[in-house]
Amino acid sequence: MQNNDQRQSGVYRRALLTGLWQENPTFRLLIGMCPPLAVTTAVKPALTMGLSVIFVLICSNVVISLMRGLLKPHLRIIMFTLTIATFVTICDLYLKAYQPAMSEILGAYVPLIIVNCLIIFRAEACASKSGILVSVLDAVGMGSGFTIALCVLAGIRELLATGRVFDQQVMPAGFVPWLAMQMPVGAFVTLGLLLGLANMVTGKEPD
Amino acid sequence: MDRFVVLSMGFLSMVLVNNFVFTKFLGTCPYLGVSGRIDSAFGMGLAVTFVTALSGVLTWLADTYVLTPLGLEITRYICYIVIIAGAVQLVELYVRKFFPSLYDAFGIYLPLISTNCVILGICLFLDIWGTDSLLEVVVLSSGVGIGFTVAICIMAGIRENLKLADVPVCLRGAPITLITAGLLTLAFMGFAGMIR
Repeated sequence: MQNNDQRQSGVYRRALLTGLWQENPTFRLLIGMCPPLAVTTAVKPALTMGLSVIFVLICSNVVISLMRGLLKPHLRIIMFTLTIATFVTICDLYLKAYQPAMSEILGAYVPLIIVNCLIIFRAEACASKSGILVSVLDAVGMGSGFTIALCVLAGIRELLATGRVFDQQVMPAGFVPWLAMQMPVGAFVTLGLLLGLANMVTGKEPD
Repeated sequence: MDRFVVLSMGFLSMVLVNNFVFTKFLGTCPYLGVSGRIDSAFGMGLAVTFVTALSGVLTWLADTYVLTPLGLEITRYICYIVIIAGAVQLVELYVRKFFPSLYDAFGIYLPLISTNCVILGICLFLDIWGTDSLLEVVVLSSGVGIGFTVAICIMAGIRENLKLADVPVCLRGAPITLITAGLLTLAFMGFAGMIR
């Protein structure tokens, strides 16, 4: 009995923690790559984006986990996307109403959460197979991993492009801003170098 | 004549200046995943072009003639998703029935496309830009698809040569692809002064 309990809590812990580093969606799995490149010119929009993704991921994982018995194999992807689209609409309307400035900056990237591969991937790989508690923990873990990755990338880009982080001056006065970091090239190169760093840290041999 | 100039400028701007992959980062996943070989990249690009043109037109029609008159803008995203999934399904059936060889060539990419951000992206941006004529919609949405094809084919060409290069171990694979893509965006910025 106790053994069973232990195994159970191990499953929960693993569901929560793998998303943070071992299977970090951005750095290790390379899925859902549009937002990390598009909204990371500053930390604030990146954080908003991350929180929206966490919200959508938790809600869609719960709903899909609840209806996993009813899913037909050939209709499952469309059911996933419809569920996700519903929650993204909620999220988009909320941002428009309460965070209009942020909604303006994020623009089309909020509705584009619908086709973020991360959410569909978690629905397919976890929520459609496991119970509700595991799905929620998995969503929290994966979503936080994604948010952390976004914020790291945004932090680096904002620091180098403006010398500020979260609108606070960080760099000394003589710092010359790297304007290139704010342009698309900054996004691609920074993410590429961070991925390289992640590979180096884990000693992973890419195929 | 004026109209023709405006349309062709819009088309060029979608292909070169405002290329979705390089300036809006849409479709980055297939861009990293499928760009290993030129022929598969080209197949993917063609499939995407076809579906963007089709679903751009369909969602615009639905938006203009159904959703806006009925005041149902709130369900816009859900409708878009259903329309795109339907269009992809339709294209797949049609191609499988009438062009079996083409189906073998890019059939496997079609199901992947329904969750490609380029396609939902163009539908959303058509709405944001407030495009108001059907012809313009056709031109812009096929331009986006062709822009994607151009980007993914250039990348595939570079990656075929990159296999021979001596890249540091930790940068092999996706990281070097991203860095290359970054340099490509710099090159494409050279087009920026061309229009507007």
